Amino acid sequence: MSEKTTAAAMPPPADKPVVELIGVHKWFGAFHVLRDVNLTVRRGERIVIAGPSGGGKSTLIRCINAIERHQQGRIVVNGVELTSDLKRIDEVRREVGMVFQQFNLFPHLTVLENCTLAPIWVRKLPKAQAEELAMQYLKRVHIPEQAKKYPGQLSGGQQQRVAIARALCMNPKVMLFDEPTSALDPEMVKEVLDTMVELALDGTTMIVVSHEMGFARQVANRVVLMDEGQIVEANAPEEFFNHPQHERTKLFLSQILR
Amino acid sequence: MTGVAGERAYADLAFVQRAPIGALPPPLAMRGPWGWLRANLFSSAFNIVLTVVMLALIVWIGKSTIDFLFIDAVWVGHDRTACMASEQRPHVGACWPFVWERLNYFTYGSYPIPQRWRVDVFFAMLAIGVAWLLWLEAPRRDLGALYFFVVLPVCSFILLSGAPALGLETVDTSLWGGVLVTVVVSTVGIVVSLPLGIVLALGRRSRMPAVRLFSVIFIEFVRGVPLITVLFMASVMLPLFVPEDLTPDKLLRALIGIALFASAYMAEVVRAGLQAIPRGQYEAATALGLKFWPQMGLVILPQALRVTIPNIVNTTIGLFKDTTLVFIVGIFDLLRTIEVARIDPKWATPVTSPTGYAVAALFYWVFCYAMARYARHMELRLSAGQERR
Repeated sequence: MSEKTTAAAMPPPADKPVVELIGVHKWFGAFHVLRDVNLTVRRGERIVIAGPSGGGKSTLIRCINAIERHQQGRIVVNGVELTSDLKRIDEVRREVGMVFQQFNLFPHLTVLENCTLAPIWVRKLPKAQAEELAMQYLKRVHIPEQAKKYPGQLSGGQQQRVAIARALCMNPKVMLFDEPTSALDPEMVKEVLDTMVELALDGTTMIVVSHEMGFARQVANRVVLMDEGQIVEANAPEEFFNHPQHERTKLFLSQILR
Repeated sequence: MTGVAGERAYADLAFVQRAPIGALPPPLAMRGPWGWLRANLFSSAFNIVLTVVMLALIVWIGKSTIDFLFIDAVWVGHDRTACMASEQRPHVGACWPFVWERLNYFTYGSYPIPQRWRVDVFFAMLAIGVAWLLWLEAPRRDLGALYFFVVLPVCSFILLSGAPALGLETVDTSLWGGVLVTVVVSTVGIVVSLPLGIVLALGRRSRMPAVRLFSVIFIEFVRGVPLITVLFMASVMLPLFVPEDLTPDKLLRALIGIALFASAYMAEVVRAGLQAIPRGQYEAATALGLKFWPQMGLVILPQALRVTIPNIVNTTIGLFKDTTLVFIVGIFDLLRTIEVARIDPKWATPVTSPTGYAVAALFYWVFCYAMARYARHMELRLSAGQERR
C-alpha cells in the first residue's frame, strides 16, 4: 500500500460538509491560540494540517470533538453545532473518532476490550456484536492476532494501530489524528502511515495533524499551514508544495524539505 | 567462546561484524546461593557488619520470645497457682490455661452463652463472603458481591441483634464484645469507607463548586479531628441533643463515626491515585463518547485503585487497629476484653498480662499481615502482562 498513489486516484469528495469551522477563536487565559479559523471539510475529504509547534494545530482539532472548548465562532459537526448543551457534545463525540500522539490506550484492558468499550457502553451494542465489529477493524489494521494482549505488550506502531481500530469501532463520520506518528520509533512510522493510507483509500474523512509531508502529498485533498493560531495557507498538495504563495509557507517548506 | 581467534573486533577504524556474539552465562560469583549471599548480605564492609548485628539481634529476640511462648510456658492449670514462679520453677513463661479459659470471653464478650451459636454462624457467613469476594477466580462473583453487600449485612443484623418474630431473642449491643465487636466494627468501617471515600475523592475533583466545596469541607473537617473526639461526640454529645428514645444504639453510633472518619482518609488516598492517571486517559475516554460515570468506572478508577492499592491497604490496616479505640466509649472490643480478663484476681500473676497482650498482638498481626499479603498478591496479579507505558 505504500506505492505512490496520487490524490486523483482516490474517490472524489462528496459535496457535503462534515466539519464546518466558522470564525473560531480560542484563548488559553490571555493567550489567543486560535484566531478566526475558517475551515470546511466535506465528506470523504482528507485534510493535513501542518505547521510549527505551538501554532494551534492540535488545539484546533481538539476543539472539533470539544475536548477543548472554543470561545467564539461556530463549530458544526455532521450538522450539529457545538454549544454548551451537553447532549450535543455527546452527539458530536459519538460521530468523531480521535487518534492521539501518545496512543492513550487503556492499559488495564486487553486490545479487544479497548475496542469494544465504547461500542458497548456508548452505542449499547451487545457484547458479541461489539467483539465481532472490533475483530473486523483489528483485521483492517492488520493485528487481529494481538486481540487478547494488553497494550503494554505491543510495540508503539501496533499500539497506534489499535488506537485507530478503537476509534473506527464507533463508525465515526470523521477521524481526527493528532500527530499520530510523532511518538513512534522511525521503524514503526511506516506501518501506521500505511494503515492511514488504506483508510484514506476507503474514503474515510480525515483531519490529520502531521509533519509527514510524504503522507500529505500522497493522500491529502488539501494541506493547511497553521502558524500563530491562524490558517496561513490552504491548498491542494500539488500547489501547496510546488507553488506556495505565502512567505511563511515558503519558509516552512524550505525548513522541512531540505 | 566468542568468535574465532583473529576475528576479534577492533572498531577503531572501519569495522563490520562477521559473526554474532551469543549470550554467555554470568560469572560464577554472580550465580547460585553464594552469589545471592554476596549480592544481598555481604556486598560491602558496612553490609557485613549490618548482617552480623541483625543476625545477633534476631537470635537474641527470637530466643527470648520462643522461651516465653513455648519453652517456659505453662500449658495446664486451673487458676493462678499454676502460673506462679516457684522454687522448682524459677522461670515462668506464658500462662496458657488463662487464655484457654477466657477464649470464649475474648471471642464473644458477654454475648449470652446459649445464643453464641448465632455469632458462630455470623463468623462463618462473613468468612464465606470475604473469600467469595477476594478469590478472583471464584464462580459467580456477581452473586458474591450481592451476597456480601446485601444479604450478609441484613442477615448479620437480624442474627446478631435478634428478631423476636423469628424466635431469635434480642441481644443488646452492650453485651457484644471481643473478636465479634472488633470484626463488626472493622468490617463495617472498611466496607463503608472505600465506596464513600471514592465518592468523596471524585467530589473533591468535581467541576461542580457545591459538590467540591462539600467534599473539601467534609474531608478537611474529619481529618482535622482525632478519632477519639469523633467517638466521644458520637457517644456522649449526640444523646444531649437528641431525645433518649430517638438516639441510635451506642455501637451503631461508634460504627457511623468510624466509617465516616475512615472515608475521609480513604478519599485522600483515592484522590492521589486519580491524580496519577495521565490526562490522556481522560481525553481518550472522553473522545470515545464515554460519559462521566462510565468513564470513571471503566477507565479511570480501575487504574487509579490499582496504583493506590498499597495506600488503600495501609489505611485499611490502620483502621483495623484504630478500632481498639472504641473501648474509650465503653465498647468491649477484643483488646478491652483482654484488658478486663487480665486483672481478674483468679488469674493474677506477673505473666498474665504479657500473655494476654501476646494473644492480642498475635490476633492483630495475623489479620494485618494477611491483608498486606493479599494486597501484594493483587498488585502482582494486576501488573502481570500489563506494565504501564
